Amino acid sequence: MSSTKEIESLAKRDYKYGFVTDIEQDFAPIGLDESTVHFISAKKNEPQWLLDWRLKALKHWLTMEEPTWPFLPYGYGPIDYQALSYYAAPKKAPKSLDEIDPALLETYKKLGIPLSEQKALLGIEGAGTPAEARSGDVAASDAGTNRKVAVDAVFDSVSVATTFREELSKHGIIFCSISEAVKEHPELVRKYLGSVVPYSDNFFATLNSAVFSDGSFAFIPRGVKCPMELSTYFRINAQNTGQFERTLIVAEEGASVSYLEGCTAPMRDENQLHAAVVELVALDDASIKYSTIQNWYPGDPDTGKGGIFNFVTKRGACRGKRSHISWTQVETGSAITWKYPSCILQGDDSKGEFYSVALTNGRQQADTGTKMIHIGKNTRSTIISKGISAGHGHNAYRGQVKMLRGADNARNYTQCDSLLIGDQCGAHTFPYIDVQNPTASVEHEASTSKVAEDQMFYCHQRGLDEEDALSLIVNGFCKEVFNELPMEFAVEANKLLAVSLEGSVG
Amino acid sequence: MTEVMTQPNAYRADFDRLIESSADAPAWLADLRRNAMERFEQLGFPTTKHEDWRFTNIKPIANTAFALCDGTASVPADEVDQYALGGISAARLVFVNGRYAAGLSLVRSLPTGVTLTSLAEAIATRDAELEPHLGRHADFTDDAFAALNTAFITDGAYLHVEAGVTVDGPIHLLFISTENANETTPHVSHPRNLVVVDKGANVTVVESHVSHGDIASLSNGVTEFVVADGADAKHYLIERESESAFNVETLAFEQGAASRFESHSALFGGSIVRNNVRAKLIGEGAHSVINGLYMPRGKQHMDNHMRVVHAAPNCDSRQFYKGILDGESRGVFAGRIVVDQIAQKTDAKQSNRNLLLSDKAGTHAMPQLEIYADDVKCTHGATTGEIDPKHLFYLQARGIPVDVARSMLIYAFAHEVLDRMTVEPLREQLEVLLMQRLPHAEKLATLLG
Repeated sequence: MSSTKEIESLAKRDYKYGFVTDIEQDFAPIGLDESTVHFISAKKNEPQWLLDWRLKALKHWLTMEEPTWPFLPYGYGPIDYQALSYYAAPKKAPKSLDEIDPALLETYKKLGIPLSEQKALLGIEGAGTPAEARSGDVAASDAGTNRKVAVDAVFDSVSVATTFREELSKHGIIFCSISEAVKEHPELVRKYLGSVVPYSDNFFATLNSAVFSDGSFAFIPRGVKCPMELSTYFRINAQNTGQFERTLIVAEEGASVSYLEGCTAPMRDENQLHAAVVELVALDDASIKYSTIQNWYPGDPDTGKGGIFNFVTKRGACRGKRSHISWTQVETGSAITWKYPSCILQGDDSKGEFYSVALTNGRQQADTGTKMIHIGKNTRSTIISKGISAGHGHNAYRGQVKMLRGADNARNYTQCDSLLIGDQCGAHTFPYIDVQNPTASVEHEASTSKVAEDQMFYCHQRGLDEEDALSLIVNGFCKEVFNELPMEFAVEANKLLAVSLEGSVG
Repeated sequence: MTEVMTQPNAYRADFDRLIESSADAPAWLADLRRNAMERFEQLGFPTTKHEDWRFTNIKPIANTAFALCDGTASVPADEVDQYALGGISAARLVFVNGRYAAGLSLVRSLPTGVTLTSLAEAIATRDAELEPHLGRHADFTDDAFAALNTAFITDGAYLHVEAGVTVDGPIHLLFISTENANETTPHVSHPRNLVVVDKGANVTVVESHVSHGDIASLSNGVTEFVVADGADAKHYLIERESESAFNVETLAFEQGAASRFESHSALFGGSIVRNNVRAKLIGEGAHSVINGLYMPRGKQHMDNHMRVVHAAPNCDSRQFYKGILDGESRGVFAGRIVVDQIAQKTDAKQSNRNLLLSDKAGTHAMPQLEIYADDVKCTHGATTGEIDPKHLFYLQARGIPVDVARSMLIYAFAHEVLDRMTVEPLREQLEVLLMQRLPHAEKLATLLG
């Protein structure tokens, strides 16, 4: 094992994506009251019903208290909601490449998106698909699968570029920013918005309902298998601006879609609030796969200062019979991660899955897990959660499995494993298992362990150094989750974990 | 954040009377009582908004104006024997409504070095021995019931086993709830036990709670166990009160180096039952077993709340709790293993298994880990389900009627818990109790020989 000094020196890695892009911002006035909501709604030319909905949410939010129940040993300073700006949009709305703000292109470059893929992302003619562009760049991706990815890039609050709209529309698929969807498909948005996460759901979801800026909307009509993976890059950019995305994905009967969400954020000294809401609706025989890689700035490793607060509400409704929703997440960033992607298994024979890797290093704190609410008969759910704690990080799994009275023959299997690296970190597990139906069966297993010395020894013997050995072992620990990721993400996830763990050998 | 119910006033009057009538109590005890009362009044009874009481609604307790037991109640001597431990105990202390009943108690010759008295007597005659321990282990900062008990510390059992002494046979503490002499209002008692086991000593304590008659009483007991280095102690809690009685029991123990402690519980009676086990392993190499069975039926509600704190290296703890739920009953298991940063090489296991016999019964399981040390092995598991149809089929194929087969499988499920109990006659008693609760008990008894 390394000496403490070596560990310390290795642990001091810099955040590789820390930069600020200077783009003119169109801010909402600081503070939050009805006029803020009117401002946002007017900026986006929203219909009256949406404004009314936002106002209803705001009114409710003002009566709510910020929750304190998550397990955050370091806590976090109070958030002054009146000191935040709730809207920021790039002033230039690009229509062609020439109009794309050079700073945005610069941002992509810094993110390490290859030039060919950038072009594809921005919809330049003759550039091919991003996946084609990417297959040459990502060594491990399988060019033979001809996998396609459509990207809706969210740069701060407004969607600035959407690709593949045409190809998707041939299949009747709608994939656009939610602001656009409000204008072009108001009936769909009105029908589904808030139907999974109601405006009154919880403190942060209610806040989001009042002030959500933008996000993605995807609609897969009956019987359509989405021909490519849909993807959004999220970035937080403007100083002091909380970002409140709203994502809504609807898969009609027999439809299926895979959606990727990935994020990085610039380095910053003030904490940034991020309170997104994601709603998924799956009707009969529909299937939605939602994958996330979250790598926002985790804060200063010694003080925890400056990291993102990631307070997200993600929920999917398996409304239809035999519907299927699968969440996969790799959470390595943010000062505080507080999210529980959930499935409401309403339709008979529906299926929910949750695969998660959460890594905390430095002074990161994560309280994350899932909820599986079994309502329909023969519903199935699987939860695989892998928590890795290093440095002074605290990682808590919190999950609820609920078998309601009518959930005949429902099944759940939960496995949550924690890995501790170093003796200053913590790993915690808080499952809630409620069973009200005798034919339902729930199994929960959890274990906590450290990287075994014999495993490290074995790797050393075969010539691997400590870093590589640890990376290998941790990747093995997370394999069940990485296997669920789409190829593009699986490669990134491996790299991300290795980077995040640098210097943690102990 | 905790919502507070405004009931404590009913207890204030009783408390003031208690302080008045016990003016000669040692100053430290008076202070302890006063602090606890203040804490109780600050906390109030917990509501389901309190995380620790999420699934147990104690409104029926909070809303009842219980009369404090005055020590006048009695039970005829010949009716006490039915609750006894088949003549095997080294000693039997009987408490009626929380007060020591000397006439009903039997203390056979105990080895030298063993002190066994009522707590009331110990307070009067040897309070200096109590002071270092009493109220030091059952923390009441966030526990309204423990605070209330501490405020009303009056009677219970005091047992001290000196270094190296082994007590053969269990010491039986029998708590009987019955109607107070001149009234029929529901009453409350706050039994308080203190057991101090010195280095290398060895003792077993069986605590059983029964109702004499169908009484809606509240028994709010606290037992503190101090287990010194190398000592070996066992505690059994047998809850057999009437199905209209309320029972909140807290067992708090602290273990020294290389000591061994076993906590066993079997819950059959009571309407709302809360079983708190608070373990703290402070010496290196301590070993703990926490084992229990809860069998609610009808509208019974049984809540088991465990907290095991590993505060020293190289300790291991095992928790096994099993629930069998029938009728419209509810079972709760909340277990938390806390491993402090210093507690390297901890080996902790926790398992909660539930069997649902009825479609109206329900369980809530919260097996939790809170870990601050890296070189540890901690696992927990929880399952809930019904009787496996394949197992039923196996027995049916061998000519056993389905109902009997069902009983047999329930019996087998429960017996795993009883197997860990080493006091033979007690286990036999529990086997009988278990069997009596199952349909076709007679056939089952024949089949099992």
